[in-house]
Amino acid sequence: MAAITPPFTDARDAAASLRRQGTDVKGQTFRWFLVGALSLALLTLLALVWDMWAEGSNVLLARPVQFLTSGLNTNVEMAGVWQGIKGSLMLGLIVAIVSFPIGIGAAVYLEEYAGNTRFARIVEINIRNLAGVPSIVYGLLGLAIFVQALGGVTGGRTVIAGGLTLAALVLPIVIITSQEALRAVPAGIREGALALGATRWESIRHHVMPAATPGILTGTVLSLARALGEAAPLLVVGAVTGVFFAGASGFFEQIYAGRFTALPMVIFNWARQPGPEWLQLTGAASLILVALIVVMNGFAIFLRNRYERKW
Amino acid sequence: MNESGDPMTAPTSAPVQPPQAQGLTLDVGSPNGNPRPDSADTVFEVRNLNVYYGDFRAVSDVSLDIKKREITAMIGPSGCGKSTVLRCFNRMNDLIETARVEGSVKFHGADLYDPAVDPVEVRRRIGMVFQKPNPFPKSIYDNVAFGPRIAGYKGNMDDLVEQSLRKAALWDEVRNRLKASAYGLSGGQQQRLCIARAIAVEPEVILMDEPASALDPIATGRIEDLMQEIKQEYTIIIVTHNMQQAARVSDKTAFFTTEVQSEQDDRRSGRLVELDWTENIFKNPSDPRTEDYVTGRFG
Repeated sequence: MAAITPPFTDARDAAASLRRQGTDVKGQTFRWFLVGALSLALLTLLALVWDMWAEGSNVLLARPVQFLTSGLNTNVEMAGVWQGIKGSLMLGLIVAIVSFPIGIGAAVYLEEYAGNTRFARIVEINIRNLAGVPSIVYGLLGLAIFVQALGGVTGGRTVIAGGLTLAALVLPIVIITSQEALRAVPAGIREGALALGATRWESIRHHVMPAATPGILTGTVLSLARALGEAAPLLVVGAVTGVFFAGASGFFEQIYAGRFTALPMVIFNWARQPGPEWLQLTGAASLILVALIVVMNGFAIFLRNRYERKW
Repeated sequence: MNESGDPMTAPTSAPVQPPQAQGLTLDVGSPNGNPRPDSADTVFEVRNLNVYYGDFRAVSDVSLDIKKREITAMIGPSGCGKSTVLRCFNRMNDLIETARVEGSVKFHGADLYDPAVDPVEVRRRIGMVFQKPNPFPKSIYDNVAFGPRIAGYKGNMDDLVEQSLRKAALWDEVRNRLKASAYGLSGGQQQRLCIARAIAVEPEVILMDEPASALDPIATGRIEDLMQEIKQEYTIIIVTHNMQQAARVSDKTAFFTTEVQSEQDDRRSGRLVELDWTENIFKNPSDPRTEDYVTGRFG
């Protein structure tokens, strides 16, 4: 029977048999395929950024402060994104206030308390499905519940209704990422705390939650970035889609002033206008939105690195 | 196991009925006919303990007594239920949803599985050290101080932390870095920190689930020395895979084995073979299965 590796007979034989024989074609092909996939992803991103820059750089370079601080205007020379930024920040605030506590709370319940019951499994499957529901559907939900049914509370088509809709949209993502962060906390930490006579609450409060914080923070900030980029649900809920919008001047007054808009809405509006000037505005506003989201993602990475623990 | 097991499996293969069990357990509790010591010395009194995971019986009819300020080692092959029994003493099995405990585990005469018993209170009195060192991702100081803090300790925390670390023979190595992360310690140091953490709440009993199995021989030696020192104050029950360790550290040894439950079901269930002075177990065991195991003929 022939051995898979024939034995050496002398040193020269050994040297010969250890030498590289031919090239690993499959391995190299696979490797280049992977490089290609990565390049394609990067190129797409670069092309997008470059396209936005090519369109919007004129506006941003010509009147950077004015563009950021003035509102929507029918005059293309005067129009700015201030209302969009304001609306997006307000929406972000509401999403954070509403979806983070509820989402993290739900995750802690599912991971730490619910156990492996049929109920918990059904809830979990549903949450995962909800995370995949198209955002326009959430818009319809927001229209039915937050604008119409709860109109008395939210004031109808307000930034509150919009924020609540986006909060509902990202809630499953917050829950899932928080659950994963909690699941990554070693069981030994829980056992260690309980074995010292800690109650379940003490074990979660003092050990599990702090250990899961970096993961939870990352998930929540990323879901916030997702919420800020959404346009479809806001369209349905009734963000302002005109090119002229006499929103309230103050930051918080907007809650009572009724109509609101957000950066993706501003981009959507301008993109629909005829003429290259509007296209330039669209590019500039897109850059602002992308910059906002990059900053938020950077913040998420910063938080994760800052609180990261090893075990 | 085969040649010597046959005579022994005959009486145990039939399910033990409660009335007969009474008599049987007393024999097991006082091996070799040693007179039963005063019950005040008995910390745990286990009678007819059966532990199920779902419908699987992991431990069958275990009855034994644990005496005060003794080190009791529990040895036996994998799957013999020694860790499962250990986790009954501080109700850690409660954390496993499918686990179910039958029979009685009495702590100074009080039934630990009485519905009125709060497992949190049980665990304050009965500490535990785990197989894999599991310090909290916090400072060394906070690791030790956590237990006393949640127990509402009012005294000087710095003193208590120092005292606990001294008892765990770790103080000299960490005194200058109490605020540093516990994860910076070596595995052996982490395990001693876990012992210090358990000591800090001043339990009466310390359960150790293979505390040295993840450690090198030197760190293991330190843990064993430490056990000898703290046994003046604590009752210790240690589960170990290492027979030499059991022989070195323990006063009494309980030998567990696995047995087929019945003809219909070939799943094996853990069973206590005997509990005796460690010297007897290793030099003069009364059960041939114990002898086979300690002489290395099986397991």
